[in-house]
Amino acid sequence: MTDDKILEVNHLCKYFSSGKKSVMKAVDDVSFFVKRGETFGLVGESGCGKTTTGRTIIRLYKPTSGEVIFNGKRIDGRLSKEDSRAVTSKMQMIFQDPIASLNPRMTVEEIICEGAKINKLFPDKESMRKRMYEMLDLVGLTREHATRYPHEFSGGQRQRIGIARALITQPDMIIADEPISALDVSIQAQVLNLLNDLRKDLGLTILFIAHDLSVVKYFSDRVAVMNRGRIVELSSASQVYDHPVHPYTKSLLSAIPIPNPRVEKQRKRVDYDPGMHGYDASNQPSMYEIEPGHFVFLSEKEFADAKKQLAAQ
Amino acid sequence: MDENRILEVKNLNLHFKTYSGNVQAIRGVDFHLNRGETLAIVGESGSGKSVTIKAVTKLLPDNAVIDSGEILYEGQDILPMDDKKFSHLRGNDISLIFQDPLSSLDPVMKIGKQIMEAILIKKQGTKREAAAKALELMRAVGIPEPEKRFNEYPFQFSGGMRQRIVIAIALACNPKLLICDEPTTALDVTIQSQILDLIKDMQRERDLSVIFITHDLGVVANVADRVCVMYAGKIVEVGTVEDIFYDPRHPYTWSLLASMPSLNTSSEDKLMVIPGSQPNMLVPPKGDAFAARNRYAMKIDFEREPPMFRISDTHYAATWLEHPDAPKIGIPALLRHRIDEQLREEATS
Repeated sequence: MTDDKILEVNHLCKYFSSGKKSVMKAVDDVSFFVKRGETFGLVGESGCGKTTTGRTIIRLYKPTSGEVIFNGKRIDGRLSKEDSRAVTSKMQMIFQDPIASLNPRMTVEEIICEGAKINKLFPDKESMRKRMYEMLDLVGLTREHATRYPHEFSGGQRQRIGIARALITQPDMIIADEPISALDVSIQAQVLNLLNDLRKDLGLTILFIAHDLSVVKYFSDRVAVMNRGRIVELSSASQVYDHPVHPYTKSLLSAIPIPNPRVEKQRKRVDYDPGMHGYDASNQPSMYEIEPGHFVFLSEKEFADAKKQLAAQ
Repeated sequence: MDENRILEVKNLNLHFKTYSGNVQAIRGVDFHLNRGETLAIVGESGSGKSVTIKAVTKLLPDNAVIDSGEILYEGQDILPMDDKKFSHLRGNDISLIFQDPLSSLDPVMKIGKQIMEAILIKKQGTKREAAAKALELMRAVGIPEPEKRFNEYPFQFSGGMRQRIVIAIALACNPKLLICDEPTTALDVTIQSQILDLIKDMQRERDLSVIFITHDLGVVANVADRVCVMYAGKIVEVGTVEDIFYDPRHPYTWSLLASMPSLNTSSEDKLMVIPGSQPNMLVPPKGDAFAARNRYAMKIDFEREPPMFRISDTHYAATWLEHPDAPKIGIPALLRHRIDEQLREEATS
């Protein structure tokens, strides 16, 4: 891993308007960066804006404001044809639902090759097919699978097809939006191990979006916790889990059921009430760096208290 | 009959008639539920856990055929009962909570009325009494300002609040047995934790016996007294929650426990993968259904189905590895390490 930033997101906002007056701030002033080769986890509960963040980065939504810098170039807003092609082939996405994300009328070969075809990455059909077979091999499928249709596969295999499709353009970065939450437990581990191997072998950068904190911790180098469209805490995975600072992070961590009956049966949940901060005009929260590389979204006073507490630990 | 057993399922066999043939969904399921305890049934989708409780509540679809078996509720076999007779039990004595709270509620009926409906249908009081009871239930399940919310519709409630309403409806007729089919799977973790606490509180207050279906082992650790592990229509291991988590015997249970990372799993550790996928139950495999995915499978696993081997009074496992002549394999190192760590953690906390 280098310090080279592959992706930089600055003050990204995405508002959806519902009706004439009400505005839904799905993503509100989100800033972070992802280093080349690392896995960055984005975690939060449903509706916190993590999926919208991912989709806005990959240009599925147009951001309301803010900038997205990928490989040193701004990619939000309008792009020339070449730039747009460079972005779509170098940044790929894996979706949550392996049934909905594969076209039922296309064969596996067509599905996997589509991105490569559109981006004209291969001079002829043979080289493309050769590459497709390599991809199938890489994700643990066989050549015979190429002519079949998605419905002939199990959930785990379908997710492998989705991964092969994302990899054929040789992306620098993959946005994985809840890639395992629609799968069965025994299959989840298969896909997780596959992603882990690919990341090591291909040196992929992954933006991993998920709600399952134990999976995110296992899989990520750094983690950002989102709540109500904002990042409330950002740090290395172990820091966030061992020394959470923001009350929301603490609450989220205390709610994960641990598969250890003796500990689990005695555990107490910490509740989080967004009103507890008592923010007003004179007391607004912002991002503070509490230790090197560990950021929290708190007001000045809360930050001072949190710092004292952390020092005492 | 054992007085302490509120429910007993004996050698239940069941198949579904489909166009492609008969799907052997349940293949000889035996379990019992003691009064006041929580039994968790764990397994993947398709393992037959939901079908089992649908059989217990007689809510099976028309193409399901029960081949053999008995389901005894308080000593009475419910299978021969007709619908009219059984519907007196279901709702009054046995109540259900499903996964998706939105689809268990009527979108065009006010919340208060939906709770009252349960009481009125079972003729447990007049309209006025039912309304009072509904308000009391809403308070009990933690709905703020129940008087105001009484006249609201399901869409005005959040997911967690909807599940609370569903629980209120399930408790309306003071059931003795509560069956929860993945009640928290559709909810966020913080809400899940609240709902689990609520179910446990209600169980304690009302002395309920609970069957809890889930695939999340963390949830099992939280709620269960005893656990049944199901695979391909059979119970492969049953024991107290401590038996299953600290001394698992069946290779499938091992894989389940070691296949997901916990917060203590370092990212250097590999996860234990179960290769392949579940068998096609149109033609159930010969021998142990898990054999093809089992790295510890022996020759006999492919030929003969293992019986339930007794490990202790509470703990049984259906694997040939428990046979006295079988090689002593023991828990895989990865899982052993994890369990030891968990026990250490318990000692320090």
